[in-house]
Amino acid sequence: MAYILQQAVNALQLGSIYALIALGYNMVYGVLSLVNFAHGDVFMIGAFIAFFASTLLKLSFVPTMLFSMFGCALLGVAIERIAYRPLRRAPKLSVVITALGVGLFMENMVLGIIGPWRKSLPPLLPEHVFNVGEVRISSLQLIIIGVSIALMAILEFIVGKTKQGIAMRAISFDRFTVPLMGVPENQIISLTFAIGSALAAAGALLFSLAYPLIEPTMGMMVGWKAFIAAVLGGIGSVRGAMAGAFLLGLIEIAAGATFPSRLRDLIAFAIVWIILMIRPTGLFGVARREAV
Amino acid sequence: MKKYYLPLALVGLFILLTGASLLGLLTSYIQMVLMLMGINIILTVSLNLVNGYMGEFSVGHAAFMSLGAYTSAFITTRLIPHLLWGEPLFPVGKLLYTFDVAAHIEGPIWYLVFPLTLLAGGAVAALAGLLVAIPSFRVRGDYLAIITLAVNYIVMNFFANLEPLGGSRGITGIPGFTSVPIVLIWTVISLWAIHNFIYSTYGKGVMAIREDEVAAEAMTVDTRRVKVMAFCISSFFAGIGGGLLAHLLLYINPASFSILRSIEPLVMVYLGGMGSISGSILGAIVLTGLIEALRPLRVWKWAVISLILIILMIFRREGIMGGREFWFLKPKREVEYAPASD
Repeated sequence: MAYILQQAVNALQLGSIYALIALGYNMVYGVLSLVNFAHGDVFMIGAFIAFFASTLLKLSFVPTMLFSMFGCALLGVAIERIAYRPLRRAPKLSVVITALGVGLFMENMVLGIIGPWRKSLPPLLPEHVFNVGEVRISSLQLIIIGVSIALMAILEFIVGKTKQGIAMRAISFDRFTVPLMGVPENQIISLTFAIGSALAAAGALLFSLAYPLIEPTMGMMVGWKAFIAAVLGGIGSVRGAMAGAFLLGLIEIAAGATFPSRLRDLIAFAIVWIILMIRPTGLFGVARREAV
Repeated sequence: MKKYYLPLALVGLFILLTGASLLGLLTSYIQMVLMLMGINIILTVSLNLVNGYMGEFSVGHAAFMSLGAYTSAFITTRLIPHLLWGEPLFPVGKLLYTFDVAAHIEGPIWYLVFPLTLLAGGAVAALAGLLVAIPSFRVRGDYLAIITLAVNYIVMNFFANLEPLGGSRGITGIPGFTSVPIVLIWTVISLWAIHNFIYSTYGKGVMAIREDEVAAEAMTVDTRRVKVMAFCISSFFAGIGGGLLAHLLLYINPASFSILRSIEPLVMVYLGGMGSISGSILGAIVLTGLIEALRPLRVWKWAVISLILIILMIFRREGIMGGREFWFLKPKREVEYAPASD
């Protein structure tokens, strides 16, 4: 029983990080109907910005997080302006391919500039281990889960209550009519990218503290997994991103706990395949009706 | 005489390249680049069938490549030595498998065996194509992309966990059967097959699915059957390409068939133009050449290529050929598109 609780905490930690990244995917998809394949690499760059902030500028935890969130927000807005905005009226496929290209480009630029060697962040948070019964929870895990939940709560507030958030949701319903109603489409889309990328940066910092080796190719695996989490929950839905991410974290940890750990990814992806076969639109996704 | 232009040109090309490579006029590096171009043409054309002609979004092509590669490598390095020389079929427990297949090859019988191993690899890959075809009955677009991605990772992890086939260490010591004439023959075969498939009734069904799936179903196109055929033919040729690649590189491991390997034919398809066989040929040749030409840039090579992809998508998203074909690849009879006269 304690083993299950222990793994549940691990799943929460993993799911929280996936959720922060998956939210970026879902928000951009909701607004632009675009799967932003470059998001995983924005995550990676967020980790490297945090690395430089903590080693060169010697910032502590909260300033590092704010610094990398801000940096990634700028990066996200820049990507949208340069690569996606010219293709605003283009068929969806071209934009997806462009996103792939942007992701590859960023990854290889970082590989070229910084080199493939792994870097590790200095320990920004004190490590305490709490023993709740037989379950060992580290303060790092608590902080990861806590910060993620706090950020998600802030996001819920932004999307639900503020004017810009409501505009974001409006644009996701009807991209062409809503701007006619006075909503500044470009600004809202840039804001969406900014928020999504900032969340990814937060996730990157937490990820780098939990798994301390960062390298330019980390965006690929974690990015794709977060994308799968986003689709599992129903792409386009903010609630879906959170649900799908925690579900994927649960599946991964459960698969790793019950089967030999090298089969973990295999089992997780097989389960994803099955879920998508049974319910293609994800848990909270809405099936789009196609007019015949 | 006009209708023999194309076969004559192909025979001429065949004699030219084979002769040049046999006579040593082409360095082995150039030969390898030519073989890579041929293999990439096969991969690109097979991916174009699904992505371009059928309008799906399949990003897991490396899965089928790896199945073809592993199957043919298994037959060549494990099955045949087991049958002929009694080597153990699954050398588990040996850290380094040291049986040198290439040293034991005698006689031209091996050159009959190689196409059979490729066909076996293609068949296994085609069977795996069902893993992608069946979900495609229910999903399209981004969701299908996830499923193909998941299939890619599943196959990659499957081989990484398969210790009898080397696990993550892969298979070493594959004999180098791939040569310029063999690659050329297989390229022509796959182009011919896919070209004929496209301009057959099934091919029209494929394009109908791309344009409007519901209308196609209403107009007697059996979408399930057509999708299964298209996906399986596409993965068959991907498996052939993988088998050729295995016997060219002489070493395969699961990590080399990750999503990055899937992206290469994807870029070639969009570079050449979707829905165009000539585009696939051009795209494959241009990108392979570009990859080799940019090799001095080392790690910046992929940055340049992805930049080219971005610029291509922004300024000419239909690719080089834009859906058009060369004159010799157009269907012979246009009258079938004319309305019936009564």
